[in-house]
Amino acid sequence: MVILSHFKHFITDTVGLMIQGSRLYYAWVAFLLLLIGVGGFAYANQLNHGLIVTNMRDQVSWGFYIGNFTFLVGVAAASIMLVIPAYIYDWGPIKEVTILGEMLAITALIMCLGFVMVDIGRPDRFWHIMPLVGHLNWPHSLLAWDVIVLNLYLLLNWFVVTYLLFSSYLEKHYKKALVLPLVLLSIPMAVSIHTVTAYLYNGLASRPYWNSAILAPRFLASAFCSGPAVLLILLQVLRRTTRLKITDEAIFKIAELMAYTMGFNLFLTAAEAFKEIYSGTEHMIYFQYLLFGIEKNGVHYNTLVPFAWASIITGFIAFLLFLIPKTRTNWTTLNIGCVLIYASVYIEKGMGLIIPGLTPDALGEIFVYRPSFTEIAVAAGIFSLGALVFTVMLKAAVPMMLGEFTISKGRKAAVAPSEADPIEA
Amino acid sequence: MTDQLPTPLPTGCEPSSNCDSRREFLGTAVAAVAMALTGCGKLSKEEFLQHNFRELTKDEIQTIIARLESEYKAKYGKTVKVNNEPAMPGVIFGYALDLSRCIGCRRCVHACVKENNQSRTPEIQWIRVLEMDKEEGVNLQHAEQYYDPAEVPREGHFYMPVQCQQCKKPPCVKVCPVGATWKEKDGIVVVDYNWCIGCRYCMAACPYGARHFNWGEPGLNPADVNPDTHYLGNRPRPKGVVEKCTFCVQRTRKGLYPACVEICPTGSRKFGNLLDAKSEIRQVLEHKRVFKLKEDLNTQPNFFYFYGV
Repeated sequence: MVILSHFKHFITDTVGLMIQGSRLYYAWVAFLLLLIGVGGFAYANQLNHGLIVTNMRDQVSWGFYIGNFTFLVGVAAASIMLVIPAYIYDWGPIKEVTILGEMLAITALIMCLGFVMVDIGRPDRFWHIMPLVGHLNWPHSLLAWDVIVLNLYLLLNWFVVTYLLFSSYLEKHYKKALVLPLVLLSIPMAVSIHTVTAYLYNGLASRPYWNSAILAPRFLASAFCSGPAVLLILLQVLRRTTRLKITDEAIFKIAELMAYTMGFNLFLTAAEAFKEIYSGTEHMIYFQYLLFGIEKNGVHYNTLVPFAWASIITGFIAFLLFLIPKTRTNWTTLNIGCVLIYASVYIEKGMGLIIPGLTPDALGEIFVYRPSFTEIAVAAGIFSLGALVFTVMLKAAVPMMLGEFTISKGRKAAVAPSEADPIEA
Repeated sequence: MTDQLPTPLPTGCEPSSNCDSRREFLGTAVAAVAMALTGCGKLSKEEFLQHNFRELTKDEIQTIIARLESEYKAKYGKTVKVNNEPAMPGVIFGYALDLSRCIGCRRCVHACVKENNQSRTPEIQWIRVLEMDKEEGVNLQHAEQYYDPAEVPREGHFYMPVQCQQCKKPPCVKVCPVGATWKEKDGIVVVDYNWCIGCRYCMAACPYGARHFNWGEPGLNPADVNPDTHYLGNRPRPKGVVEKCTFCVQRTRKGLYPACVEICPTGSRKFGNLLDAKSEIRQVLEHKRVFKLKEDLNTQPNFFYFYGV
């Protein structure tokens, strides 16, 4: 089995690439490890004392962890945004971008699973949710669906990325007959992970704020704003720090697509707000808590109000920046737009989705939730873990994508021929 | 760096357990994870590998009950009996609450806590009594749970106790990803505390706020332990799982009233077999006009509210 021994070389070389780097690389990795350590320490404390060290309680039984989970499912789903034009319309410049999108999806999914793990009360019973071994309540529970689709999507992206890199490591062109169907499959899969995650909330008649038919479309629209925003920044960093060839055209094309999704996202948000506010039923109270605050017994509960408006305003400014061609093709305004839309969606799909869904609670109680230090530290740890995973993946993937690092060129990446073209990924 | 720090010994860790040996090898974070995963010696291999209650054989259940009883004995220093009484044939339990009689004294709340071995610190209460404005009627947005007057009932208010409504179509059961909660033949929705993973999806799904989570290690003094327990009911719960009202399954399956019914000083609480035409609950349904809380959600509760006078 030559292929197996090649694969063994591939793995050892990949690990070799990951552990060797410049001082800056080591400093960055050390910084991330430090944050992971802080998060790990906070999580160890949570394991010892239980979820009581969070600020979640029976009234607001999901909080910062599940908010981050939901947001990151969106980031994971957004790689589709780059895959569609690349493979359906066979649009060249975006192709090398898709492998990065898939790696971002893998990273986001690892963080998603991390946030679910830290949120459950009995992580020691994790095997209960595994199909065949445990007792998966499928098809009744949407959480069971989510477990399945998230893991399948992770597996799919991991396989495609590994296969593409392995091919270029072997200096071979990948088999289109294998990659194309898988990449095409990842498109409905990406839609499905975010749809299923939306349905998770959507199906709960007990929570009118979530029980809206346009929740899933809103999830998708916002995901296709925030996910590519991460990528746009990343692509600019990569083409400065590596010899990866990413054209302006590719970046501007993504930005243009984002303008449409951002417009659509704002439209859907407005549609939801109109229905709630104009009809003004008792279900409006959740929107009211989010946007204006609620007064009860002389106390004004308005914790979320500044965040909600910040999300709306930043989302709108970003939309304008991406819509106007002049600001879309100006690097400064483009990057400001990326940061603004990312912040906007992070608020909207994180705390802005979870907390008003549960406040007031099922019996009308208003419980003010703010994440505890433990929750913030654990979340920082998981985000750092994601950043670390992404960093080491990029560290190994970029020279392979560039053809600088292959089985024959071994570790002499520095003396690779300069005319090596980026592979068609 | 962090792996140089000493490992704090979590409370309740048996000195003879495998915690100690592990601590020597693993760094703080890793050790804590491992200890939590192994339950710090409290979680036996048998408990870890235990399957969903509904998939167990009778023999397996007996073994598990024996293990639980010895664990409770060790923990509370007294004999705790864990019952496994199945649903009686021909019985579906129903409950009716008279809103015109309830005075909001909360005796039911405390009798429930005492009977069902809830955590006292922090206190978990399966019954929540809502103080409502008479002018508003049943309007949850005007409900107050933390009323504390010198005397109840308070002028201009009426009281609405809410607990698990034992729905015919329970949304909590539908959403549980691992089938750790289900509806028994007598209509009681129960939780397998040894199978629940603590994801709290059921709590989001419940329209009645009836499900409660053990956010920390349940604080239950040995003196407070009610030793007559049911596996699916009031046996002491571990940390990190969900619990709820079971109509006092440990009592009602023996023909007793739930603790809340027994204690109620105003006779507001009616309980019985919905399949028995002569039962008190059927008399209420026949002669009073009842309503269900959040009827529009079609959860179809077996818990009814009525105005008796």
